[in-house]
Amino acid sequence: MKIVVLVKQVPDSGAERNLRADDNTVDRASANNVINEMDEYAIEEALRLQEAHGGEVTVLTMGPERAAESIRKALSMGPDGAVHVIDDALAGTDALGTSKVLAAAISELAPDLVISGAESTDARGQVMPHMLAERLGFAALTGARKLTVEGSQLTVERQTEEGYEVVTAATPAIVSVWDTINEPRYPSFKGIMAAKKKPVATKSLADLGVAADQVGWAGAATTVLSHSKRPARSAGQKVADSGEGGVALVDYLSSEKFV
Amino acid sequence: MAEVLVVVESSGGTVKKVTLEMLTLARSLGEPAAVVLGAPGTAAPLVDKLGEYGAVKVYAAESTEIDEHLVAPKATALAQLVKAVSPAAVLIGSTQEGKEIAGRLAVKLDNGVLTDVVELAADGTATQVAFAGSTIVKSKVTKGLPLVTVRPNSLTPSPAAASPSMEPVEVALADTDKLAVVTKRVAEAKGARPELTEASIVVSGGRGVASAENFKIIEELADLLGAAVGASRAATDSGFYPHAFQVGQTGKTVSPQLYIAVGISGAIQHRAGMQTSKTIVAVNKDTEAPIFELADFGVVGDLNQVVPQASEEIRKRR
Repeated sequence: MKIVVLVKQVPDSGAERNLRADDNTVDRASANNVINEMDEYAIEEALRLQEAHGGEVTVLTMGPERAAESIRKALSMGPDGAVHVIDDALAGTDALGTSKVLAAAISELAPDLVISGAESTDARGQVMPHMLAERLGFAALTGARKLTVEGSQLTVERQTEEGYEVVTAATPAIVSVWDTINEPRYPSFKGIMAAKKKPVATKSLADLGVAADQVGWAGAATTVLSHSKRPARSAGQKVADSGEGGVALVDYLSSEKFV
Repeated sequence: MAEVLVVVESSGGTVKKVTLEMLTLARSLGEPAAVVLGAPGTAAPLVDKLGEYGAVKVYAAESTEIDEHLVAPKATALAQLVKAVSPAAVLIGSTQEGKEIAGRLAVKLDNGVLTDVVELAADGTATQVAFAGSTIVKSKVTKGLPLVTVRPNSLTPSPAAASPSMEPVEVALADTDKLAVVTKRVAEAKGARPELTEASIVVSGGRGVASAENFKIIEELADLLGAAVGASRAATDSGFYPHAFQVGQTGKTVSPQLYIAVGISGAIQHRAGMQTSKTIVAVNKDTEAPIFELADFGVVGDLNQVVPQASEEIRKRR
């Protein structure tokens, strides 16, 4: 089975994240840039399928030069190689444009299965897997907390508001996963060393046959007009429980008309 | 006045709150028209409620195939409707499925899409809250019509009676809409409690609750307040409470009127999912816990004493 895993480099959600004052894009220079956490679960799921069914696992990333660090990190977990889509004309690309580029790269790789995280921690849009499925004519099994593969038939348990759904489809398909699906492995020392020698193919827009005016600032179908920091919440009243803490809590709720 | 399409979310014949919020929002943008996408018979029981909140029309795109396949048929039906009626905007709930429908629709129409919108002005300017509630972003769709997903609990729904007509919509699906087959739907018990993302009050437990069994004190307080129950990642990872109820960066984002965090330290992972709540109350034994930095009211103490006492006190005052 040929598997492509989508990996996005994002600003670490555990540290302060900012948009740039000049063009309202993510300030990557000041951020700690890491693999989107949910993508580690996607990589793990791909590796488990490879261990059970054979085949190859390729990481696919679109991003600027520094995304190469995240690609090596991803490869250190075990995938066979990577494709890095990098082009100056990609700056300013929105979700719709990103889906054009990734769809072109996936078409070239012709996988049986694409696995991604259910969402990225920066945009949290959850739109990408279905955008790609729409463009590629693949089945989309999204929001998976469990994935089983029998031959070319895929079955997922999809987390929903009410509980879960069981959804099946044949390959080629795209599956997106939540962090409930597995426990990602830590890269071994051997894995880290091996990752340095793994092939990373870089692709430009021209290589993929995507016109530059379809992406970037020129091709974007949305624009950020402005941004501002939300005023930080300030700490309110804090009382130490000396036997009446529960009553004090209800007094507060009552004063705010919740009780 | 141009129509504003509102994609209806419902469950068991009941319109979900986010839909009423979107109808309220739609009234400030144009003429609200509700769109029901589902199995035959889904729309009829919803019409009265949709009318109460101002829907002048209810488009019913109903087929068994919409119900039997994941997401894609709904996007196809919606795209056909958008092309037919040229609405002023399309509003979809910012839920997993809502965002997925929006993503597909964006590709079908080659139209920009904005997710997690909390306000939408008449000129199409959308307000989004980004980076775990720390940043407010003003943005706009520049290609096509305003196609946005609206975050639940972003505004208060207000009724404005209308008498909607129901208009059936013919749905022509492609083979690629029927690739993902739903074979089973399983509801996991949440009892009579409100849905986490829609609840006005949420009571959440964390690592400090210490066991699955002890979550009953969280549930008891929640039930007395008519609240939903949430849990931190530490609590769900420890198996104290089902993952479906996780609030945080990798779980649900909630924005209720009142959020009560019990035995939750307030790591960024958790704060990302709740810090836009209107009022935050915390109970924690550690006076240094970061959750107190954002709590409007905090009790430093043993949750096993404080929470049952609070429940008892609420009962007494009734």
